[in-house]
Amino acid sequence: MDILAELKGVSRVYQKGKERVEVLHELDLGIPEGDFLALMGPSGSGKTTLLNLLGGLDKPTSGTVSVGGAELSSMSNSQLSHWRSTNVGFIFQFYNLLPVLTARKNVELPLLLTKLGSAERSKRADIALSIVGLADRAKHYPRELSGGQEQRVAIARAVVSDPTLLLCDEPTGDLDRETADEILTLLQILNREHGKTIVMVTHDAQAAEYANRVLHVDKGKLEARVEA
Amino acid sequence: MGGIRQLVAVTWLNIRNVPQRAGASMVAVIGVAAVVLVFAAVLSMAKGFERTMIAAGADDTAIVMRSGATSELNSGLSHEQVLIVANAPGVLKDGDTPLASAELYVVVDIKKKSTNEEANVPLRGVQPAAFQVRNNVELVEGRMFEPGRNEFVVGRAAQQEFVGLDVGSTIRFGQTDWNVVGAFSAGGSVSESELWTDVRVLQDAYRRGNSYQSIRVRLEDREQLSSLETLLKDDPRIDPDVLSEKAYYSAQAEPLSRFIKAVGYPLTILMSIGAVFGALNSMYSSVSARGKEIATLRALGFGPVPVMVSTIVESTLLAAAGGVIGGAAAFLIFNGFRVSTLNGASFSQVVFDFAVTGDLLLQGIVAALIIGVIGGFFPAVRAARLPVAQALREL
Amino acid sequence: MKYFGFIWKNAWRKKVRTSLTIMSVLVAFLLYALLSAIGYAFTSGANLADAERLVVIDKISLINPLPVSYGSRIATTPGVESVTHASWFGGYYQDPRNQMPQFPVEPREYFEMYPELKIPPEQLEAWANNRIGLVAGEELAAQFGWNIGDRIPLQATIWTKEDGGRTWEFDLEGVFSTDDPRGGTGYMLFHYDYFEEARAFGKGTVGWYILRIAGGANPVEVANAVDTQFANSPNETKTSTEQAFVESFSKQFGNIALIVTLILGAVFFTLLLVSGNTMAQSVRERISELAVLKTLGFPDRTVLAIVLSESILIMLIGGLLGLGIGWVVVQGLASTLGAFLPGLFLSPQAALAALGLIVAAGTAAGIFPALKAKRLSIVDALARG
Repeated sequence: MDILAELKGVSRVYQKGKERVEVLHELDLGIPEGDFLALMGPSGSGKTTLLNLLGGLDKPTSGTVSVGGAELSSMSNSQLSHWRSTNVGFIFQFYNLLPVLTARKNVELPLLLTKLGSAERSKRADIALSIVGLADRAKHYPRELSGGQEQRVAIARAVVSDPTLLLCDEPTGDLDRETADEILTLLQILNREHGKTIVMVTHDAQAAEYANRVLHVDKGKLEARVEA
Repeated sequence: MGGIRQLVAVTWLNIRNVPQRAGASMVAVIGVAAVVLVFAAVLSMAKGFERTMIAAGADDTAIVMRSGATSELNSGLSHEQVLIVANAPGVLKDGDTPLASAELYVVVDIKKKSTNEEANVPLRGVQPAAFQVRNNVELVEGRMFEPGRNEFVVGRAAQQEFVGLDVGSTIRFGQTDWNVVGAFSAGGSVSESELWTDVRVLQDAYRRGNSYQSIRVRLEDREQLSSLETLLKDDPRIDPDVLSEKAYYSAQAEPLSRFIKAVGYPLTILMSIGAVFGALNSMYSSVSARGKEIATLRALGFGPVPVMVSTIVESTLLAAAGGVIGGAAAFLIFNGFRVSTLNGASFSQVVFDFAVTGDLLLQGIVAALIIGVIGGFFPAVRAARLPVAQALREL
Repeated sequence: MKYFGFIWKNAWRKKVRTSLTIMSVLVAFLLYALLSAIGYAFTSGANLADAERLVVIDKISLINPLPVSYGSRIATTPGVESVTHASWFGGYYQDPRNQMPQFPVEPREYFEMYPELKIPPEQLEAWANNRIGLVAGEELAAQFGWNIGDRIPLQATIWTKEDGGRTWEFDLEGVFSTDDPRGGTGYMLFHYDYFEEARAFGKGTVGWYILRIAGGANPVEVANAVDTQFANSPNETKTSTEQAFVESFSKQFGNIALIVTLILGAVFFTLLLVSGNTMAQSVRERISELAVLKTLGFPDRTVLAIVLSESILIMLIGGLLGLGIGWVVVQGLASTLGAFLPGLFLSPQAALAALGLIVAAGTAAGIFPALKAKRLSIVDALARG
């Protein structure tokens, strides 16, 4: 299988006044295409930072990050913006939907960055919504949806521009057991039937079982061997 | 806790928190300050102008003009007619001489210092008793003009506003040179905007023959005005309008003063409406920011009324602060500021000072308080109605 | 603009706050419309003045009359195409407070000198043939409810009649209008001959002369030529362009433009505070949403543009409403107050300037929040949650 994303010798250091905080330490990681990887670890271990680096939201202090052939660590901010819009989808713990927009409009948001016309955007948003099983809630506002439904809309938004990589940060952290299972099942479907490569940060061992493999992050290093 | 104590407690808590909501609060304060500033500035023009005009008028001096003339410029009296008035009973005498000044003025062009453009200034011909028929007029520099010579004395205010009127200088009107030989003050009244010379010299220079526009006489006492009027009106040789100088100047002041007020008050009302919207905005955001605090108080047992009242008090205090700031600024910037403008009624410039008076400031504060109460009312209602449980949950 | 829906929805996220802000903007621009109309009224004479007309007055003072004999001498001055005269009557109708301008003139000559004044030819004829005829401006006629054929008495305040009376009677022979919407018609005209014959004094004089310069002639040169003729005479003249003449009056009122600008300055300063505060709050409460936009791939400068557009949109809604209402109010005021303050008018230039102000104010109010949004660090914002 091809490697979709690769981190080589990546360190991430924050300067807080006089203190140097090293969140990631000379980390190597390879993620094959079609993988469903769970990253687990205690808080402060750097797993969210790792996710941010994969998504081009942050840059390493040293080392390289490349995803799908693109070398993120050497791209400018505006290049990264553009790259993100077509290559990555994000899913957050607190859904982060825009409250002033309907479900459909929320899902359409990434498509505003494309040259698609309004009818086409609407159509694709509806397709994404039906993938997550919410076609009938297209016109509802986030406040009118349950937590699980909101997360599903967020997932629809993440896949609407057909990115290869999905990055999830504690996607079920705010949900009850039953709803969490629904969401994780959906992610599995996206991985197995739609070929999306997924990296999921979680502290929930049961959630991690839905993934193909699990890596532990602690004090900025990975435990368990990297698989190529 | 008793009702009043609740009220005071909640209000005090509210006020103490205001610095945390500094941004939104400043908006309300400055909005109100701007309203009061503009109000005081514009209306102080009217006040100052009125004050100047009315200060000129003595109520024991009568001014007589031809009937129907609405101002001296429109009037015309002959020499005989002027004598009839001067010698009428009821006119105060100095020994044997009646205190009367028959006068006539023309409008001359002089450059205004502030704009360097020419403006209409009254050159008034007077008789020797001119100083005595008016209140508060005295020579403060130089000397009085000599009869028969092309000399004049300049009012202090005119001297300050217009170019070339220093004592000792010479100025040319048309083909005649005139010497400025002295300056007089007149208690800040409109007379200080004028140039005074010997009436006969003026008549010659402007070919008015022996005619005048008006005559001012000092009355033995102010009650004599109506009997003088009756006497003169009955006299077939003269067809006069007789009024107290005070009444005359009030009427002269009216058009401009009314115009300024007609613009000033509606302007203020409109600005106040704008300030109300600004205050409402600030107060709604204040209530929003205090959401948890209010909910907690309610959960603890404080009633809705103290919450409401504290909101209105906050709004009113902010507005009052704005009012004081605006009023103080108006006073410091504008009070006593000297300007001159064209008074249509006399067709010449009147020099006056902006007068930011106590009652204007009071009106301003009242407006501020009204804005404060209205601006606080609807948000206060919302604060009282805040759903407690929901607000607590959003903690 | 595909972002419009998004910007609109965001602008209205807090309905009450946005409505109040729009109202504040509305009031500010309403004030702008009114104050600029008043400012315009004070200079309106200057705006309407014909560049080819000059006014000749007595050099010492406007209120000094000029000899009627000057007319023919001015007519033969090089560069002068035609000349006529007018005087100030200064009477009132019924109430001393109804003092609108009345001018004794040469009927046909006056209308030729002022071609912008329109009168039906038959009315002009009737007036020219009636010595005690009078024509009134349509605003004046409307104000007093006069009809053609009415007998109009005027009370003189200056010009008593030879017989000692002060009442001058006229027949209303016509009503004139002006084709310029900015011009006022709150005045009246009657025959100079009647005036000259019946007045008790001042015979042989006129108030001032109006002349038209020949095409291509230089106004300054012609003015000098006229004044030189009468230099060193008992009545020296001062000739200026009609525009300069009118301006000299509005200037005497004081710097109206400055006063208006200062007041508007205070108004707009407050407005910026209100809108700026609204925008700042609006951005502050959706930091995480803006961060999400950036994660989705929206470039920083697009985020800035979105916030700025929101600010300008709010300003635009309030501003256009305020201008619109202001325009209607000015129309209303102009028709009721036309006789007292002619020339109340919201000029196209003022409206255009207002549009510029809307954009400038929207930008000023929104720029700092917009910059803050642009510079937002995604990682920090999301971590804050």
